[in-house]
Amino acid sequence: MQAYLKLDHIDKTFTRGSATTEVLKDINLTIEKGEYVSIIGHSGCGKSTLLNIVAGLTGATNGGVLLENREVNSPGPDRAVVFQNHSLLPWLTVYENVKLGVDKVFARTKSKAERDAWVMHNLSLVQMAHAKDKRPSEISGGMKQRVGIARALAMEPKVLLLDEPFGALDALTRAHLQDSVMALHQKLGNTILMITHDVDEAVLLSDRIVMMTNGPSARIGEVLEVPLARPRKRLELATNQGYLKCRQRVLEFLYERHSFVEAA
Amino acid sequence: MSMPAMKTEVSAVAIPPATVAAPVVTMTLKRAPRAEAYARMAKETAARVVPPLIVVALLLVVWELICRRAGSSLPPPSKVFKDTKELIFDPFFDHGGIDKGLFWHLSASLQRVAYGYSLAAIAGIALGTLVGQSVWAMRGLDPLFQVLRTIPPLAWLPLSLAAFRDGQPSAIFVIFITSVWPIIINTAVGIRNIPQDYRNVAAVVQLNPLEFFTKIMIPAAAPYMFTGLRIGIGLSWLAIVAAEMLIGGVGIGFFIWDAWNSSHISEIILALSYVGIIGFVLDRLIAGLGKIVTRGTAAN
Repeated sequence: MQAYLKLDHIDKTFTRGSATTEVLKDINLTIEKGEYVSIIGHSGCGKSTLLNIVAGLTGATNGGVLLENREVNSPGPDRAVVFQNHSLLPWLTVYENVKLGVDKVFARTKSKAERDAWVMHNLSLVQMAHAKDKRPSEISGGMKQRVGIARALAMEPKVLLLDEPFGALDALTRAHLQDSVMALHQKLGNTILMITHDVDEAVLLSDRIVMMTNGPSARIGEVLEVPLARPRKRLELATNQGYLKCRQRVLEFLYERHSFVEAA
Repeated sequence: MSMPAMKTEVSAVAIPPATVAAPVVTMTLKRAPRAEAYARMAKETAARVVPPLIVVALLLVVWELICRRAGSSLPPPSKVFKDTKELIFDPFFDHGGIDKGLFWHLSASLQRVAYGYSLAAIAGIALGTLVGQSVWAMRGLDPLFQVLRTIPPLAWLPLSLAAFRDGQPSAIFVIFITSVWPIIINTAVGIRNIPQDYRNVAAVVQLNPLEFFTKIMIPAAAPYMFTGLRIGIGLSWLAIVAAEMLIGGVGIGFFIWDAWNSSHISEIILALSYVGIIGFVLDRLIAGLGKIVTRGTAAN
């Protein structure tokens, strides 16, 4: 089978001095092109580590990541990351933050005017074109995350990696941004791998939900298909049996079979 | 945008004849936004300028009272002014040798500081970046820096005179070696404190080392660098006066020493106030530059 993105027998062990901790154990996952996959698990289960391995920011101890059958082990714009805390550079304007990536990725393939238009195009995709000359400190948390998404999208990644992208936002802003991401996924057909700890978010957005057991030595406990038609509407789903069933499955996994003992 | 609006206001005010008594009030009322802004600015400036002026005036009076008695070893301010009037009002004379106006002495000193400090800024930021970025460079160099930075500036002078066999480069070297340490140390701290997030962004975007240095490191560490640069400029101005006393030639340090040798106490006092004021201006210059450059960096 030709998997688009393949996580192949990934183990990750952290060594500090003489103490070694096995964080991830034998992670296998294949993701098809255009698929939206969420990884959910309790905090500390190593899901962010897994995303960092896919992004190439952390190396795997064993195993590896294959993107279109080629191994990737260093970070690159083909796997753009939307970071949890937006990570915009505070000394650059919104426009310049997005342009930083665009200038690198399209240095040879696009002219200066084309790159400029491309930055603006991506800012308008996330409805942030009006704030292009603002600095990150002058816009709200939700807007910062929109710019973070625009920066990642503008690199035309093969896989978009979202690291708890809505975690730091209030509930209303989060819902709004989730709808935006859904609309973008619908429109652009990106392949997306998202880390989350929010059950509703996972069910609402994903085609498949990967549930991780608790660490240390976290594994993939279960993979759940979400058989809901797109486009999905938040309000309609609230009473949809399929939605509720999926939600129930994830909740059972997280709180019955793998409840987090040291919950803090 | 507000320019045309202000213009119409001004012309509207200009129409009524100025001889009427009342317009003074209406004028201020009509031009309220602009006049108010000026008034507020004047008030704020006054609040900052008046208190130190009063303190200085009081100190001058006390000094005058203490030193006016006959047999006092130091001259009172009135005598200082009388003695140094020529130097104050004609800073540009040049009678050859070291018999020059204060402007020439000060500019010679400032020039040495400019050379030494610029070298220190370049070397300090480069070394600080190296030490901040590389653990091994830090382990190797940091202890050395910690020892070297405690050596007093003037202790370097004999060694540098031996090495360079000339006063000018020796003075510049002393400035360099005095101001380089705080720049190195603060830059290194700034580089070490660059958040991992920014490094991750740079990695994903695949900035090359040069781009990483100019686009991430410099702006992210700029507040720390400017702390170091500001301490550095203060130290170099401290060191130049002492160094010039020893190397001689044109320069404010030697001017002071020369004045002492010829018992011109008033000239020493005048030179000291110039040294103080210029040191203050230098500090403000670097602080202001830092403010402009690091705008937006600190806020997240």
